[in-house]
Amino acid sequence: MALAKAIENIFPQRRKRRVLPGFGLSLGFTVFYLSLIVLTPVSMLFLKTFDLTWAQFYGSITSARVLASFRLSFGTAFAAASVNIIFGVLLAWTLVRYDFPGKRIVDAFVDLPFALPTAVAGITLTTLYAGNGWFGQYLEIFGIRVDYTPLGITVALIFIGLPFVVRTVQPVLEAMELDVEEAAASLGAHRWYIVSRIIFPTIRPAALTGFALAFARTLGEYGSVVFIAGNMPMKTEISTLLIITRLEQYDYPGATAIAVTMLVASFILLLIINVLQARINRKASSV
Amino acid sequence: MIGLQYAAGKLPEHDLMVTRSSRLSEPRWVRWIVIGISLLFVVVFLAVPLALVFVKAFEKGTEAYFMAVTTPDALAAIKLTLLTAAIAVPLNVVFGISAAWLIAKFNFPGKNVLTTLIDLPFTVSPVISGMLFVLLFGLQGVFGRWLDEHNVKIIFAVPGIVLSTIFATFPFVARELIPIMQLSGTEEEEAAVVLGASGWKTFFKVTLPNIKWGLMYGIIVCNARAMGEFGAVSVVSGHIRGATNTIPLQAEILYNEYHITAAFSVASLLTFLAVVTLIIKKVAEIKIRRQASTTNSQSFTGTL
Repeated sequence: MALAKAIENIFPQRRKRRVLPGFGLSLGFTVFYLSLIVLTPVSMLFLKTFDLTWAQFYGSITSARVLASFRLSFGTAFAAASVNIIFGVLLAWTLVRYDFPGKRIVDAFVDLPFALPTAVAGITLTTLYAGNGWFGQYLEIFGIRVDYTPLGITVALIFIGLPFVVRTVQPVLEAMELDVEEAAASLGAHRWYIVSRIIFPTIRPAALTGFALAFARTLGEYGSVVFIAGNMPMKTEISTLLIITRLEQYDYPGATAIAVTMLVASFILLLIINVLQARINRKASSV
Repeated sequence: MIGLQYAAGKLPEHDLMVTRSSRLSEPRWVRWIVIGISLLFVVVFLAVPLALVFVKAFEKGTEAYFMAVTTPDALAAIKLTLLTAAIAVPLNVVFGISAAWLIAKFNFPGKNVLTTLIDLPFTVSPVISGMLFVLLFGLQGVFGRWLDEHNVKIIFAVPGIVLSTIFATFPFVARELIPIMQLSGTEEEEAAVVLGASGWKTFFKVTLPNIKWGLMYGIIVCNARAMGEFGAVSVVSGHIRGATNTIPLQAEILYNEYHITAAFSVASLLTFLAVVTLIIKKVAEIKIRRQASTTNSQSFTGTL
């Protein structure tokens, strides 16, 4: 009590800052619920890795089958995020800068992959691209096989990742003031020069954030991929499926090793996203 | 700037207009190509898949459709899905409001860490989310033996499904509310408190009206994701027909057994939900924008 009084005397603004009630309650409840639902289970996973010796851990994540699954998961997630950064920026640009009939519907459509359950997306895309499917039958004529190939996995991940790029780039484009572009135009800059020198640099952090979000989200994707992938070990078996296989064989250490590796990868991505986000906010506040 | 040149008589008015528009937007053919590519992408990747769900679901007529969604297994799956959402969503809503109030209205050390931790489940793979609970409550898990001795079943039972769904949909309400609450600031609430309103009264009379559309959208998204969660639930469910199958799991089983029409019929229930979610989102977005612009203009006239 005395200490609290002393602190309040030293930092008078500390008291003023908390005019609103509920700090203790909301802090207590938020931290409690977060610890119960999220932190305890996640830390348990990391504790579980200590059951393994380093050699066991290293051995299980460098076995040929696991390495092949990592290559596939990271590779397809990267490819899908790369496609999404191009078409996502294009789509965000179209939605913000151009007018066309049905624009609102298209805008609402962008969130479909987020609202649609991943398993529904999975069976839908597989049916679509199967040899007798709406798209598959025409692609077959050109000798392109989508289902049961890494290409199919990439298609599913493009579907899942699209909203993340569009929805991070869109608000930045909306917030861009036209006066910079006007100034550049008045100074004689050509449109392409303005687009490449003013607009692209402004939206680059947002586009990269969207890329990282899409990559992080699709890296651990399961429902939309498992139907279209074919799940052949060494060829079309993604890491998340391999985790499930290991769990079904009661190989908990093996599953834990793969899961921890993927979790660390997503933590690193989350860190990068936060740094990028901070940069966007700084840019926004300096404007 | 261009006005200066015009005023200095360097540019005739007509040229001015041409220069402005050609430099501030793309030539018409570029615009049409960009719109065309964007729309083609949306149609191929989003619209056609959505249409396919309904075409396949009603392929054998409405009678077959209603038969498929009213089989005992399907009804059990629907019931379990509704139960799961009815537990997971309210809990995450209470948490979301609490977290948003904390983060948007107060400054304290460790706030950024807390915000990052709230986002954590969003980047954790659904499969890993489910696995976390297997490691905790599974037979070989930390509490496995104790639970087995006391005859409590969490994994391969309803509690596990509910828990992993709560985890997987954890951040959605908070993520939606935090920016909206931050935007509306603390002044209105401070005024209410200074005028003698209690904390709860301030929340219900001042804060809630400001965030109601954001909250609505947060709830509907959280609900859609809770009902549609697949990866996490798939790990903990055990796929016991009529007992631990949610709607997405039921669709998976039917699909794997080549009951394609039945699978899409069951899946269409969640697709309807997704479409409704998108519509409510659009409405909420418009309302939030309108609300933001009126509060801005109010404060603007206020300072005048």
